[in-house]
Amino acid sequence: MSIDRATVAKIASLARIKMTDEELDRMAPELSGILDWVEQLGEVDTSQVEPMTAVIPNTLRLRADEVDADPKTGGNRRDDILANAPVAEHGFFGVPKVIE
Amino acid sequence: MTDFTALGVKDIRDGVAGGSFTAREVAESFNAAVEAAASLNAFIVTTPDHALAAADAVDATRAAGKDLGAMAGVPIGMKDLFCTNGVQTTAASHILEGFTPQYESTVSQNLWDAGAGMLGKLNLDQFAMGSSNETSYFGNVSSPWRKEGSNAAMSPGGSSGGSSTAVAARIAPAATGTDTGGSIRQPAAFTGICGIKPTYGRCSRWGVVAFASSLDQAGPMARSVEDCAIMLEAMAGFDPKDSTSLQMDVPNWEAALSADLKGKKVGIPREYRMDGTDEEILKSWEQGKAWLRDAGAEIVDISLPHTKYALPAYYIIAPAEASSNLARYDGVRYGLRDLPEGAGLQDMYAATREEGFGDEVKRRVLIGTYVLSAGFYDAYYNQAQKVRALVARDFENAWAECDLVLAPTTPTASFPLGDKSDDPLAMYLNDVFAVPASLAGLPAMSVPAMLNADGLPLGLQLVGKAFDEQGVLNAGLAIQQRAGFDAKPEKWW
Amino acid sequence: MSSYRIQGATGEWEVVIGLEVHAQVTSHAKLFSGASTEFGSEPNCNVSLIDAAMPGMLPVPNAECIRQAVRTGMAIEAQINKYSRFDRKNYFYADLPQGYQISQLYHPIVGEGQLLIDADEKGGIPQDKVIGIERIHVEQDAGKLMHDQHPTMSYVDLNRCGVALMEIVSKPDMTSPAEAGAYVRKLRSILRYVGSCDGNMEEGSMRADVNVSVRKVGDPELGTRTETKNVNSVRFVMQVIEHEANRQVDLIEDGGTVVQETRLFDVASGTTRSMRSKEDAHDYRYFPDPDLLPLELEDSFLDECRASLPELPDAKRARYESELGLTPYNARELTAEVETFARFETLLGATASAIGKPEKAVATQVANWSLSVAPGVMKSLGDEANPANATAEAQASILKMQDAGEISGGQAKEIYEIVLRDGRAPDEIADSEGLKQVSDTGAIEAAIDAIIAANGDKVEEYRGGKDKLFGFFVGQTMKAMQGKANPAVVNQILKGKLDG
Ligand SMILES: [Mg+2]
Ligand SMILES: [Zn+2]
Repeated sequence: MSIDRATVAKIASLARIKMTDEELDRMAPELSGILDWVEQLGEVDTSQVEPMTAVIPNTLRLRADEVDADPKTGGNRRDDILANAPVAEHGFFGVPKVIE
Repeated sequence: MTDFTALGVKDIRDGVAGGSFTAREVAESFNAAVEAAASLNAFIVTTPDHALAAADAVDATRAAGKDLGAMAGVPIGMKDLFCTNGVQTTAASHILEGFTPQYESTVSQNLWDAGAGMLGKLNLDQFAMGSSNETSYFGNVSSPWRKEGSNAAMSPGGSSGGSSTAVAARIAPAATGTDTGGSIRQPAAFTGICGIKPTYGRCSRWGVVAFASSLDQAGPMARSVEDCAIMLEAMAGFDPKDSTSLQMDVPNWEAALSADLKGKKVGIPREYRMDGTDEEILKSWEQGKAWLRDAGAEIVDISLPHTKYALPAYYIIAPAEASSNLARYDGVRYGLRDLPEGAGLQDMYAATREEGFGDEVKRRVLIGTYVLSAGFYDAYYNQAQKVRALVARDFENAWAECDLVLAPTTPTASFPLGDKSDDPLAMYLNDVFAVPASLAGLPAMSVPAMLNADGLPLGLQLVGKAFDEQGVLNAGLAIQQRAGFDAKPEKWW
Repeated sequence: MSSYRIQGATGEWEVVIGLEVHAQVTSHAKLFSGASTEFGSEPNCNVSLIDAAMPGMLPVPNAECIRQAVRTGMAIEAQINKYSRFDRKNYFYADLPQGYQISQLYHPIVGEGQLLIDADEKGGIPQDKVIGIERIHVEQDAGKLMHDQHPTMSYVDLNRCGVALMEIVSKPDMTSPAEAGAYVRKLRSILRYVGSCDGNMEEGSMRADVNVSVRKVGDPELGTRTETKNVNSVRFVMQVIEHEANRQVDLIEDGGTVVQETRLFDVASGTTRSMRSKEDAHDYRYFPDPDLLPLELEDSFLDECRASLPELPDAKRARYESELGLTPYNARELTAEVETFARFETLLGATASAIGKPEKAVATQVANWSLSVAPGVMKSLGDEANPANATAEAQASILKMQDAGEISGGQAKEIYEIVLRDGRAPDEIADSEGLKQVSDTGAIEAAIDAIIAANGDKVEEYRGGKDKLFGFFVGQTMKAMQGKANPAVVNQILKGKLDG
């Protein structure tokens, strides 16, 4: 077993997914099985290999410093931004009160 | 009303352009077929008005004597992973139920600009995670195919299972798919249709709900190689909004189609002969070699030594990226919000994501979270990216000996819904032949080869060099011409 | 070495300080989207689909933000990494729509550099000190939460979300609040020279995460540090260090241990407190952002960045001393801020050409004017001064009259006062207000003759060797001339008549 129930609970909390005891019981062996299986990668000698960065050899293209040149990447569309919000008030998104 | 649903992309486009029929007639036919096929559950929402409006616009353009687009008059299905302006987009997840984008994905916009219309948003595995179309919040998709002598509902493959079903059942002449680790090719193979995943970066990812960013690629699914060539040409193109988009012209793939493979070498990777591969699959592979040889190609044995490790590497990389890509579904700005009485912000996240994500999504998010977490990054993620580099290097080395790779698309034919849903690992193995090309970002296509003894389709896969979609399409055409695959599912829906 | 020490019950403690300064990069659009970076807009107006992390949105980096980060790196003599990458830092918070911040962990764009803080005996910095800089990386800013607009909800404004920041990470090289304060001021000055950040701390363009630990004097081991987030003024940075150092010493001496944690500064009380909400989020699961390819910089781009750098504070200060002959104090004061040196250099040029002398010949006069005379006049006038009247042309013409002996220092001030009030030309003011020295030898001679005649006894005493009486004659002459005589001329004529 790569990971136990407690570890799954910890991961689930890190991933912000609430899980019931039953779900943990069910998920722990499944995840363990998958992790046991992927661990075969450890067999591969990669000491001389760099991890892949670009899938197709290519470098990063940069954008000009222009405001709202394209509505698809620019701002000034508050109604669209808020259109699907579960709670939107006075131009803000609303969330349960956060205490910092 | 004449039934136009037997027609494919090219026939519709040419018929509309030539005045044999109107785009509206075609759209009406397909809208009716979609409506009559509700039991397949291929669509999450249907958009008959969109299809009609696009058709009317095409008919008006033609009447005005103006040039028609490359997809003019063709109504298509849109995988519900593409954001469509004003039309619900869910990725088949409860967490996005009711989400109405205020924007249009680049690929779908390209298609509308080319004169296509939308029949509806196609069902899929939730967030494109699955190989059988059993993980959708909106229910399983049934393949139109059934085993001979059985009424069991079969899997249309996944994640583009709504797409494969719609095209195979002839309720759409073509559909968009996305392929992260086989999600176009495997469902195409399961349903006896064609599907091509282009080189990573050919199709913009802007506006496509992300699963695994370094792997996701959109592509067409249709019933012929020609139709795929036409539609891919319309979908592809440089997009400055996507940093990984290829800044290259889109070739005229349709015009350059040729089934003459003289001078081409086709590699047969010996590592794809895996234990447990179905005998009939191996037989179809042999047949594929013969067809390509017949088309003038030379068949050579090659080695892709890291093939075995591609799938486990994929199941680290894809979940890792997904765990981060799916963090935005938190109930704050759109989609589902589950706010238990008295819950704080972080509780709201946890409750929303518990309620909103299906089991397979949770599994992958958890795996991805785990492999990136403190102390495990090097052993899992970094090692997987190194293995990925080796898988890509295998192909690089192979190109010294061949121009294309021929392999089966899947290790088995379609299976009944429910058969593998309890065993995630068995399900993952479905993509064992598809994943290496995904990891290497290479163009790859599935074309139907034959039916197996159960009367189910089997597909053959062609993988090409980066940017050589033409080579892949040409070899696909050579197989298509020789296979003469014209079987279609008997209508039961 | 700073002599800053905390006097504990068990002995002397020293404090070790490192700063992570977040500086907003000067750009029109955000780091990965085309939304505006403008400050003070209506909530959620400067927000693109990308900033709101709508499904399917993708980042494309803003070239200007990259350029400014590189130029900043060059200004602190840092290694520029031609290969860098963006990584995702994953955590959940309502001001972070993507669920991750795009930042740089593994391969930052700027590597090690350094910054010189100047000696300030009175301020507790006995000599110049080099502070190491670990790295500069580029990252996204987060949005804003407002907690007091609604009884049960916090409101989220994403306007700042995705604005480009440079995180400038120092080495733990500072050992007193004074050094940390000097570091922030110097860094701010450099950023403003380069133009890569406006340095406006009130608007949040610059804020510091303050890492503080304490150890017994001479102890080679570093103590456990705390990180106090988002401190937005130099004074507060110094307060945080004072407070944290004392808190940690008290804690340790009382038998407790310092916890490595994130803290918040409370401006009202001048104290820090633990920030609970971020406590469980320490596993950020960094990995390279798969939406972004590696960033590779061409030599030509680096050359362009280097060529566009202005003369920087340290170089300018050295040149002011060596080429202009200014005192070290004047050179430092004049180069500390962009506005100060810009005004000085403009006035220096105008004055030199007005007088027809090389800059070096008038530099000290202009420096004194710029640093003390002009600001003094401006301050004394308060609201009555119209700053728009303080043109280089007007000031140069005052300095020219002074240089020619036409006006005295006091008259220069008086004329400048009037200039600031009503904007009239200085020479016209000098004429019309009678603010000119009399250099007319006839008038002065006549006055002196009268004084000599009326004070025969004093003349005798002076000629008998009582040299000090020379001052008496000067005073009398100036008085007779109503203070308007050119002192040099008065001296000269008096000398001739008395000694002759
Ligand atoms: Mg920090
Ligand atoms: Zn930072």
